[in-house]
Order: sequence, then structure tokens, then C-alpha cells
Amino acid sequence: MPLPMAILETPLTGALRAPGAPTRLGERARCVWAGVDPRHLQILILSSLLAFGLASNVIDTSLAHIAAAAAGAFAAQLVGCFMIASRPRLLSPLITTLSLCLLLRTDAALFMALAGAVATGSKFALRVGGKHLFNPANAGVVIMLLLSASLLPGAAWTTPGQWGTAFWFAALLAGAGFLVTTRAARADAAIVFLLTFAGLSIARALYLGDPLDIPRHRLQSGALIIFAFFMITDPMTTPDGKYARAAFAAGVAAIAYVFTYHLFEPDAVFYALALACAVRPLMEVFDRAPAYVWPRDAQIKKKQETLR
Amino acid sequence: MKSNRKRAFAAAAGAAILFAAGGAAAFCGFYVAKADTKLFNKASKVVLMRDGDRTVITMANDYEGPLEEFAIVVPVPTVLEREQIHVTENAIIDHLDAYTAPRLVEYFDEDPCAPQIMYERMAQATAVDEAMPAPRSGAKSLGVTIEAEYTVGEYDIQILSAEQSDGLSVFLRENGYQVPDGAERTLESYIKQGTKFFVAKVNLDEQAKTGRTYLRPLQMAFETPKFMLPIRLGMANADGKQELFVFTLTRKGRVETTNYRTVKLPTGQEIPRYVKDDFGAFYQAMFAAQTEKESERAVFLEYAWDMAWCDPCAADPLSSSELRELGVFWAGGENEARIRPNPAPDVFVTRLHVSYDAEHFPEDLMFKQTGDRSNFQGRYVIRHPYQGQAQCEAGEAYRAGLPKRFDAEAQTLARLTGWSIDDIRDQMGVEAPPEPEKKDPWWRRLWGGDEQKDG
Repeated sequence: MPLPMAILETPLTGALRAPGAPTRLGERARCVWAGVDPRHLQILILSSLLAFGLASNVIDTSLAHIAAAAAGAFAAQLVGCFMIASRPRLLSPLITTLSLCLLLRTDAALFMALAGAVATGSKFALRVGGKHLFNPANAGVVIMLLLSASLLPGAAWTTPGQWGTAFWFAALLAGAGFLVTTRAARADAAIVFLLTFAGLSIARALYLGDPLDIPRHRLQSGALIIFAFFMITDPMTTPDGKYARAAFAAGVAAIAYVFTYHLFEPDAVFYALALACAVRPLMEVFDRAPAYVWPRDAQIKKKQETLR
Repeated sequence: MKSNRKRAFAAAAGAAILFAAGGAAAFCGFYVAKADTKLFNKASKVVLMRDGDRTVITMANDYEGPLEEFAIVVPVPTVLEREQIHVTENAIIDHLDAYTAPRLVEYFDEDPCAPQIMYERMAQATAVDEAMPAPRSGAKSLGVTIEAEYTVGEYDIQILSAEQSDGLSVFLRENGYQVPDGAERTLESYIKQGTKFFVAKVNLDEQAKTGRTYLRPLQMAFETPKFMLPIRLGMANADGKQELFVFTLTRKGRVETTNYRTVKLPTGQEIPRYVKDDFGAFYQAMFAAQTEKESERAVFLEYAWDMAWCDPCAADPLSSSELRELGVFWAGGENEARIRPNPAPDVFVTRLHVSYDAEHFPEDLMFKQTGDRSNFQGRYVIRHPYQGQAQCEAGEAYRAGLPKRFDAEAQTLARLTGWSIDDIRDQMGVEAPPEPEKKDPWWRRLWGGDEQKDG
């Protein structure tokens, strides 16, 4: 019963307007915006980025690799949902697929399928307190990097330089990212992360006597902005309390800084986020807050209650 | 007095870079040169062997000035022992350069009416020869410690550690190096990061013994977690852009920069035949145009290949002993090579080319090794049309298609190089193939008889 409802009630149909709700255009627009699921926006932006990346040769991958990532992610999602007897949700594996295609390169397409499966599988395998522990795409990237350094030499790698450091691109990405994260009530995580990372990088430059062009160049990195707005801000794997969330984001930035500048690790941000996610449940103990629910899910629930 | 001044150039590797010194051909370093000498940085070449933390850097440049004025200052991660420093031969780097060079491939169209024969020939981009310069210095207590001193080959080498950049620059100046003002700040940054400095100059007596009139590439072997090439010092007083070629030798796969875009050079394009006469000019113009297209912020991939083979080969792959000389410690020595004829076990070569300045490359080049073993080469194609009389139907279609093909080649060349399309067409016009004699169009024979009858 809930399933067909959910399909019909996409936010843009306006079907969610309660009887007697305001009908003026501005109010109505606000209602529609309130119903927009951040995941739809994120999918729109990530797929645009992927299309742009493919068209401009920024992303050096093949359709086979993309299809493989999707196959792995969706297969794992279906299996996982079946095992926990849940309704299959398809937005999450789609976002995971897009994120992996943007961030990870693999030798064989098969490894991309593995990345998709591992990423999505981590949601079901690694859970604490009813929430999955790791951001799926981040888990996929980190596990594939660790495998590449051990069992599967050279299987996967990231290309942090490929998004370049052009200011306009960084600004455009940040604008789009801000839109999505505001909708998901997680813009603060991205901003705290970027400010902390910027602060540390600038402090380092001042200490070393380096020109500020150096931290500026680092901060304009397209890869860093994508990470800040589209990975660290996942509402499901960031703390719900705003203080814990700020500490979480600052922690990711601090770890990323140390990994980048002192351990010379090019994939610092991914390891930093994985480490922070691992201790997230502890952080939440100190700042309890209601668990985040996707606006779409919340509305479906509300509608069901109204009907009842 | 001026002529007594040493020029220094620094190269950085791993944590070491190249300070450039030297006359007409400095490294990716800054010139510490005579003020009244207009110097122009030409191409520098750096070979980086990297496996885990193990790093061997080989630095070559085409310094052509007086040997006594050459100096190099290279930030290095640790104090190096004598055995960690080596001097090698230019020929090996020239070989690596030739093996990886962008290439022109030539095809001859077969008779469209008959089976085909195909020839292939390549020309290589010009190789740059290089020599390596070095400086001279003395001991002082300016917070500068001479950690070690060696004479290796034709070079006198000191490894310095410093507490303050002003102490280091005073020390260098007192020893006859010209240190540009902008360099001091960068030196300070390296000092605070715990970097040591490798300072080399030419020992003229040793140089005379070698009987050479040029300088050989210097090499260093060390371990460092930093996979990078410091270029900042080299930009301190650089006059315009500097050209740098980085050749990496790794096991896993292709190397790319992590803090700048690595862009594949356009490849596989068909270009007009006249380019064959000056492929070097084409390559330079194309590189400049592509650099411009990428807002001058990209590092270009020119070659990525498994060293075991090549196709087409601009030069033979390097032998095991050559690779060993360049730091590939897992390549068998000569004895092993005799047993195993395979020239290069498991060596992946990447050739990167960058034209850089401080405005567009504020940071040192940071690298990472990827698992990508797919082959890439800068390769350009010229196709010679069939010159015989192809009198069949396919021959007519072939000839009819030629002007379109030539125009496409002209457009490609214009797009790649930014050259004027009119100039290109002019140049091509001279060498356009002879048009086969015109046959009457088919319709002339169709009713032609009628007209005559009417008349």
C-alpha cells in the first residue's frame, strides 16, 4: 500500500499540500521547495558533473565502468534490502554509483562493480545504532584503495588533480553544493570542514612564509570542493546534533590536513572521513538529536498518518 | 668580478628540487646568474624512479655557459652519503627521451583499386641534450652546517643544513653564488620543513680529467614519503616560463600530478604532409596552443607505456643496465639480462611535460602513481595519397574524397597549433597531389549526341 503512494507523491506534483493550505504563488513555491528531496538535487548535480567530466575528458572512464559500478551498487542494494526485509530504495545506490564514477578509477570494469558492491554493502554490513556507519561511496573508495595497496595491486586509484583548480569551477561547484546541502540541512558540515581546512592551510603557509597563493591553490581544488559538499555532508552518516556535526567536520579537516601535509597522502580526505565516521557514534553520545529523515520519507510518513 | 659569480640552479626531488643555475640551459631552477647576462631557461629533464618510498632522481639540463659559473642547489630530504650520489651519462637520458618522444607516423595510401601495402615511418621530436652544472662554496657559521662534502665525478658537492634562510643565502653569497631575493622566502619554507640542501659545482680539475666539454647528469638516491618535484626555487628569478620534462619509472602504472591537472596531449590526429619537414615546429606550436587551452595550468602526458615494448618505436626500449643506471633497482644487471633477453621487466614509463611559471604553478609538483597501465603516446599521422592512376570506380571515389580529407587535415592542424588556416592551406597547396587527368562527366555522354544533332 505505501509503495504506490510514494511513487505518486513526488514533491513536484504538489499533491502533498494539505487541505486548506496557502495557494499564493510564493507560498506554493515554498511548499514545492520544502518537498524537494535533496537526493534528487544531488543526483541532478552529480550526473551533470559526470556528463561534463566525460564530455571534457576530465573523467577518463568508460561506459562499461559506469555500468559496472551501477550493477554492483544496485545488486548489493537489492540483496541488502531483501535481507533486512525493507522496501528497495533506489536513490541511494544511484548516488553511490555517481559518486564512485566521479572519484574512483579502476583498471578493469569488474573492479568498479566490486567498488559499487562494497560501497553499498557497507551500508548493510556496518551499522551502529540503527544507522550505517560509513558514507557508502567513501567506504567504497577507501576499501578499494586499501585493496589496491595489498591484495589487488593497482586495481583502483583516485585522480585528485583531474578536477583542476580553476576558480570559476570551484565557485560553481560550491554554489551547487550549497544548494543541495542547505536542503539536506548539512551545509554547516561543508562550511566547517572548508573553513577548518582553509584555516590550517593558511596557518601553515604563514608559518612557513609561503605565499598565500599556495593555500588558495589547494582550496580551489575541484576535488576538495566535491568532497566537501557531496560526500562529507551525507545526512545519514554525519552526526544529527549540530555541535557534534561541527566537531565531526572540523575533525575530518584536521585529520585530512595532517595526512596531506605531514604524511604526504594524496587520498587524505577519504581516509580522514572514514576515520571520523568510525568514531561518529561516540560523538553523538555527547550531542543527542533526532535522527535525520529524508524530506521525502518524512512527507510520505506524514501523509500516511493523515490518511489514517 | 661578475664572472666569478657562480650561477646556481636547484632541482628538487622527492623533497629535493632543482634550483636552477646556469646559463642558457637551466633546470627547473632559478638562475643565480650574472646580472648583466640575459639568460634563458631552456628545457630541463628529470628522471624519477619511484617504488614505495625509494626514490632516485636524475637531473639533466642543457647548460651551455662557462663551467666555472655553473652551480646547482637542490633541496633534499636527508643528508646523503657518498654512495647515494652518482653521475651518469647524458646518452641514457637522451635514449629515454627518444624512446618516449611524441612521434610522427607516415602512411602511404594504397592503390584504391588494388590490395594494400603499408609503410610506416616515424620521425621523432627533437631531443634536447643536456649537461649538468654545479657550484662552489665554503664553510661558515651562519647557522649553516656543512653536513658532508664529496667530489663525485666532475662535481664538488656539499650537503648543507641551515637554521635560517638568511644565514643560508649569506653563506651561498659569500661563496660566490647569486641568490635572487625571491628565493630567500622559498628557502625559508624548505628549511622549516626540515629540508637539507644539496649544493654542487664543477670541479674544473676533475672536469678536465674527463676530457668532456659538457656536464653530466647528477643523480641522488634516497627514501622519502614525498613523491614530488620541487619547482618553486626555480621560479624565483625565472625569466618567463620554464620547460620541464619529467620521466617517471615505476612498477604499478602511470604517474600523474595530484595538485595540477594531468592532461593527455592530443594524439592520433591526421595532419598535412608538409609538417614532416618541420615536425619540431609543429610539436612546439601544438604544445604551446594546448597549454594555452588549459589556461596554462596543466601538466601534459606525452607518453605512458610498459618499457618492455613500443609500437611504433621511436627508439628501442631501454636495456636493463640503462634502467638500473636510472635507479630501477629491480631491473636485472647485465648478467641477468644475458640470461633473460627481455629488456625491461615490469617498468612503466611516464613522460610528463610542463611549461610553468610562478603565477600558474604556485606549488611544487606532487605526484601519485596510479594503477593505470594503458598505453598512451603522442602520435601524429601523415597520409600520402596514392600517386598512381587508379582508373576504377573506387579510384574515382577515392580522388573525390581527397580534397575533403586535405581540408580536414588543415583544420586539425589549425586547431592543434593555432596556426592560421590560410597559411596552412597555402603551404599545402604547394604539395597538393597531381590531379589525375579529368575525365568527361558521365552526363556529357548521356545526351551530348542530341546537342550535336540539334546543332
